Amino acid sequence: MTDTVIRAENLSKRYKIGERQNNVTLRDVIANFVSAPARLFRARKPQSANGDANHIWAVKDVSFEIRRGEVVGIIGRNGAGKSTLLKILARVTKPTTGYADVRGRMGSLLEVGTGFHPELTGRENTYLNGAILGMSKKEVTRKFDEIVAFAEIEKFIDTPVKHYSSGMYLRLAFAVAAHLETEILLVDEVLAVGDQRFQDKCLKKIGEVRQHGRTVLFVSHSMMAIRRLCTRVLVVEHGQVSHDCDPMDAIAGYVTEDVGRSYSAQASAETPTITSATVHVDDGSLLLSVQFRSPFPLVPPVLGFVMYDPMGTPVFGTNTRIDPPHPEPQPSAAGHIEVLIPTTHFRPHCYLFSLWLGDHYSDYCSVQNALQVELHDDTSSKLPPHVIGSLRVPVKWRYRPAVDLPQPHGGS
Amino acid sequence: MNIDFKELWSARELLYFFVWRDIKVRYKQTAIGAAWAVIQPFMTMIVFSLFFGKLAKMDSHGLPYPVFYYSALLPWTYFAGALQHATSVVVDQQHVITKVYFPRLVLPLSAVVSGLFDFAISFLVFVGIMVWYQIKPGPALLLFPLFLLLAVLTALGVGLWLSALNAIYRDVRYVVPFLVQFWLFASPVIYPSSLVPDRWRWLYGLNPMAGVIEGFRWSLTGHGQPPTLLLAASLGAVLLLVVGGILFFQRMEGTIADVV
Repeated sequence: MTDTVIRAENLSKRYKIGERQNNVTLRDVIANFVSAPARLFRARKPQSANGDANHIWAVKDVSFEIRRGEVVGIIGRNGAGKSTLLKILARVTKPTTGYADVRGRMGSLLEVGTGFHPELTGRENTYLNGAILGMSKKEVTRKFDEIVAFAEIEKFIDTPVKHYSSGMYLRLAFAVAAHLETEILLVDEVLAVGDQRFQDKCLKKIGEVRQHGRTVLFVSHSMMAIRRLCTRVLVVEHGQVSHDCDPMDAIAGYVTEDVGRSYSAQASAETPTITSATVHVDDGSLLLSVQFRSPFPLVPPVLGFVMYDPMGTPVFGTNTRIDPPHPEPQPSAAGHIEVLIPTTHFRPHCYLFSLWLGDHYSDYCSVQNALQVELHDDTSSKLPPHVIGSLRVPVKWRYRPAVDLPQPHGGS
Repeated sequence: MNIDFKELWSARELLYFFVWRDIKVRYKQTAIGAAWAVIQPFMTMIVFSLFFGKLAKMDSHGLPYPVFYYSALLPWTYFAGALQHATSVVVDQQHVITKVYFPRLVLPLSAVVSGLFDFAISFLVFVGIMVWYQIKPGPALLLFPLFLLLAVLTALGVGLWLSALNAIYRDVRYVVPFLVQFWLFASPVIYPSSLVPDRWRWLYGLNPMAGVIEGFRWSLTGHGQPPTLLLAASLGAVLLLVVGGILFFQRMEGTIADVV
């Protein structure tokens, strides 16, 4: 209990739709007052509890506790309310109801390069940005060389930032932010910038933060980053926290929340569509059945699928062009395709299917994450699939002791 | 009203950096640089001296016209500039406010403080003018810092209101030049406050700039009487403005964060 650094209690944030239109001018207010002064004094219509058509709840009734040292990932679709939640915690915006109690110095990285001014040099912007983030001048001076080295812009540190390439700008901005040493860090999708090498560097740096026992709240769309860094994940949906669990479960749940053993869709009058798909689990194999309908004959109908592990890594895929069925499918405008997949070589866990429909030349219909199936068996490996992969390949090990070296304990 | 002084104090370096940035950026972008701080009051002084002084022969209490006008233009130019800056600062810095938390009061404060840099340069010119006309200030000069503080507080008081209002109603910043123009004529810049009949002097003094300007004139030039009645009214008005301004600004902070 005493180790709680962030406690959120019934946080909610309501926004008025259209609030940002900036049509409100003093002129309008005065004009309204002059033309209908009584309106100002009339009682307001009571607001309904769920908000009316003019309001949306970006965050509704969110409560959670975060303990010291936890690295908590926050995931959710765009518009789910993750950034709003972070903004409330960062005190950038006030919650409509509820409160958040934060114990300890908090640094918020809702954006990199906050406050950078194009006319100032890299050096000047470093101090300015550092001050805005909450670092003292002494602190920035102490870390200055480290920051510049991390950003790899030693040669340009004294040129105005308006001459920087976007890459240099981002590297410097992130370098300053990465050296923020507060006990609590809020990070909002800022890793979605920069090239792969730089992203790796940033992830490593955040990992270091974790090692020092600091608490991190981390919003990201990158499942890889979440997997690598987080000890706990909150899944945000429609302004509420729908799951609070460990990263693997949360990611699996997030990706596959409305996917099951069957899929169906309306046939389209213009393009060929997959109208239904199901997957059956048998002992040692999977049966995938797909029905399709097309406004014109497909010559020939081609179906493909790819199986993914819960992390989104493709495990195995094929299609009727690579593995042609016997007999060859006739040109048809509607039909039923089945494929039997032996599963003895797949490790037992959850798999996702994506499907493609096309003909000899083109792809017409693709459905991501159409189906989900869980494979079970008696043997379960202690090492999870994201460590040793989803395939079980029957390997043969061989061992020979070396003859010319002395064997321990009474070998010959 | 609860100002978290501890929080404000811990944000003092941020205040310094905002002021430093404003000044640096302004001077990097202008061709004339520091001269601009002087050109405006100086040219105005010349025009005033010519038309209101020489031609209209307004009362200047025995001071040479340039001294009479410049001693008033010194705080006036600062006030007008600080006001315009404070009005727009919250909206101009929206990209920072929406991303990082810091005590929002720092913004109008920084606007009011960064104006002092131009003021200092302008002041040096004033010293030159005083030397030229061989005017020696009296012991009242010691009180000058207080009048300067009063000027800063006036700018802050009004600036807080306008700053918050402009974040909500974006056309407020266009009203400010008109407001300043009007205010100029209501203040003893062109004419001395002795023009106002005695029984209305206290009402006139409710304009805090009246107290500031007469205070500047008296303490810097050593001429005339200490403007006590005026000053008392001005002080009262400033206190109300500042306290009210802080309350209003803090009350609006929540709305500002969402609307800016």
